[in-house]
Amino acid sequence: MQRQVALIKQSLFDQGYLDEQFMELEELQDDANPNFVEEVSALYFKDSARLINNIDQALERGSFDFNRLDNYMHQFKGSSTSIGASKVKTECTKFREYCRAGNAEGCLRTFHQLKKEHSTLRKKLEHYFQLARQAGPKETARRPK
Amino acid sequence: MINSGHGRGPDSGSNSDPFPAGLRVLVVDDDPTCLMILERMLMTCLYRVTKCNRAELALSLLRKNKNGFDIVISDVHMPDMDGFKLLEHVGLEMDLPVIMMSADDSKSVVLKGVTHGAVDYLIKPVRIEALKNIWQHVVRKKRNEWNVSEHSGGSIEDTGGDRDRQQPREDADNNSSSVNEGNWRSSSSRKRKEEEVDDQGDDKEDTSSLKKPRVVWSVELHQQFVAAVNQLGVDKAVPKKILEMMNVPGLTRENVASHLQKYRIYLRRLGGVSQHQGNMNHSFMTGQDPSFGPLSSLNGFDLQALAVVGQLPAQSLAQLQAAGLGRSSLIKPGMSSSPLVDQRSIFNFENPKVRFGDGHGQTINNGNKQMSLLHGVPTGMEPKQFAGSHMRVQQQITGVRPGQNVQSSGMVLSVADHLPRGGPSMLSSLGQQQPMFSTSVSRRSDLTGAVRNSIPETNNRVVPATHSVFNNFPADLPQNNFPLASAPGISIPVSASYQEEVNSSDAKGGSSAATAGFGNPCYDMFNNFSQQQQQHHNNKLNDWDLRNIGLAFSHQDTASASAAFSTSEAYSSSSSLRKRRETDATVVTAHGQNQQPPSRSLNHLNHVFMDGGSVRVKSERVAETVTCPPATTLFNEQYHQEDLMSALLKQEGIPSVDNEFDFDGYSIDNIPV
Repeated sequence: MQRQVALIKQSLFDQGYLDEQFMELEELQDDANPNFVEEVSALYFKDSARLINNIDQALERGSFDFNRLDNYMHQFKGSSTSIGASKVKTECTKFREYCRAGNAEGCLRTFHQLKKEHSTLRKKLEHYFQLARQAGPKETARRPK
Repeated sequence: MINSGHGRGPDSGSNSDPFPAGLRVLVVDDDPTCLMILERMLMTCLYRVTKCNRAELALSLLRKNKNGFDIVISDVHMPDMDGFKLLEHVGLEMDLPVIMMSADDSKSVVLKGVTHGAVDYLIKPVRIEALKNIWQHVVRKKRNEWNVSEHSGGSIEDTGGDRDRQQPREDADNNSSSVNEGNWRSSSSRKRKEEEVDDQGDDKEDTSSLKKPRVVWSVELHQQFVAAVNQLGVDKAVPKKILEMMNVPGLTRENVASHLQKYRIYLRRLGGVSQHQGNMNHSFMTGQDPSFGPLSSLNGFDLQALAVVGQLPAQSLAQLQAAGLGRSSLIKPGMSSSPLVDQRSIFNFENPKVRFGDGHGQTINNGNKQMSLLHGVPTGMEPKQFAGSHMRVQQQITGVRPGQNVQSSGMVLSVADHLPRGGPSMLSSLGQQQPMFSTSVSRRSDLTGAVRNSIPETNNRVVPATHSVFNNFPADLPQNNFPLASAPGISIPVSASYQEEVNSSDAKGGSSAATAGFGNPCYDMFNNFSQQQQQHHNNKLNDWDLRNIGLAFSHQDTASASAAFSTSEAYSSSSSLRKRRETDATVVTAHGQNQQPPSRSLNHLNHVFMDGGSVRVKSERVAETVTCPPATTLFNEQYHQEDLMSALLKQEGIPSVDNEFDFDGYSIDNIPV
């Protein structure tokens, strides 16, 4: 079971969903805080959902306030980087570039992609944590390769 | 990862010293995810962590527990307050090392962190390795303090031998981000050495030394400090000598050293700003400080400050001005026209709190847009307006007085913070320092009642910032001057209008900068002011006034003023700064001005300068010229004050240096009543 969990995790890294930072977080997990990573992830998804909402609303309004969008995205990027959400972070960067360029179309497209990545990651992580809990607390951070 | 630094901690049990475990860290970030992660990381490092997701909350936490934290880590982008602003506040008020962090790694932002005084800059995502060594910043800071004191003593003991020893220690530092190499004390290495070699007292290595209680730089203390620095010369001032001059029991060289550092940063900032200003009144700018001086009710202090300010090289004043000016963007426009404004702006900046009173604003606004800027800086006040404001001022003053010992605290700046502290103590200290001041202060109080009221209005407004700034500043410029802006106390009565200005200027100036700058200006102002006071207080005033009013007054006392102006250019700049700050200076400056009766036909002007002497001067001018540019409006008020000032001056003979700082809390008259 644990091997399975490990494999899943490995694949997440391999596929680029997660990066080194995630490993850092796992290292912070210990017996005293056995679910730290999961807690952080939960917090991240909750907070980022809020941000996504804000951005959605801002985009829907039609008036592209690039500054504001950029601000939102900066926050979003910060969170995503902190938990190691690699693909999400990439999309964030792209989005910000479009913002700076004033490219509304690009922003919309990227944002759409970003949301997709975000929800994919969320599902995968949820699945992963679920398994990890089932497998027991043995799971410790192991750097992929 | 290199845990050498952390060696003392759990990793290497070689040192029985548990440090850095238990280091009390305050983390500020609006991102809950990051906050959680950081907390976990820091706890893993065995630090004691406090989380905070809002800057304002963090600041109040810090203020409530002055010695409750060792280091602060803050995000750059936060919704309620700019991280850099928080950084400045913390640096000034609490003298804690602050680490900035952000996902943004662009050079400009990192540079901004450095210039604002951050000890380090971390790029997100933050890794635990980076956090493991943050304790070094705490050690370094303390060492610097020690070092400074050491330096002053000229003790370079075994620098050679110790160097080696230091290396290992330095290694720990190497781990941290590069941003920190800045102790601007190159002697830090020396410090280490000294520590090791000599009996510095607590060896810095010893973590216990890190735990020494923080010194609160009250307004009066700061004033003393500034006076001492000015006497020694800003560049040559060493902590040991400063300490000796200050002669404050319980104060250590380290305290002085770290305070000196801050002060210098502040001066630098001012210098930068002044350049901007174009030298409009380079001296003028510096003079701003003086204006502050006078305003600050710290009569004694003002004088000192003024005197000191006077002594301060023009550039410092300029710096201050620049800082002040820089801060208040508002002022800039006005600057050219009215130096006062600049000064005021500084004040304003500094003393957002000091709202001197709306009335003031009115008067000031007469013609001075600048005034509005300076709000706090009465310098711009026009005498005529002043009259009107006079009344208001009175109100303000009264309000102020009872509320705070403004006078004693002269340091309006820290009004909020200092008031409590500086209040009575300030006065006393001031008194000691400058008998003149006290007298002047007292006089001022009398006058203030009358003059102050009037002046404070304008001045207060303008000055409040400065005053308070100054007032407080002298003692705790670095720390609290800023507080002016933030100091709630300062905002007391006087500053209604002042605050506006201050705030605005503050806001404009990038409060962080402003505060920093402001704080510094105060220094200069006061210092110069006090120095000048004694010497050529008048001159300063003149210069200052000249500057401020310069535009307008040129015709008036140009002769005298110019004479004085030129002479005390440097001086006045500081004083002018003061003035600006302390528009109150008018009241205070009276004394300064009085000194220069001959040159100043515009007694008023001199008066204005009193604060820093400069302030007063301005007012006078304003009064006369009335037509002076907005800045002059401030003067007008001052002008009004000049009557008072002259009275004061006569009594005191001290330049009415009201520390403009005082304004913060109290209307110009913070002068000890």
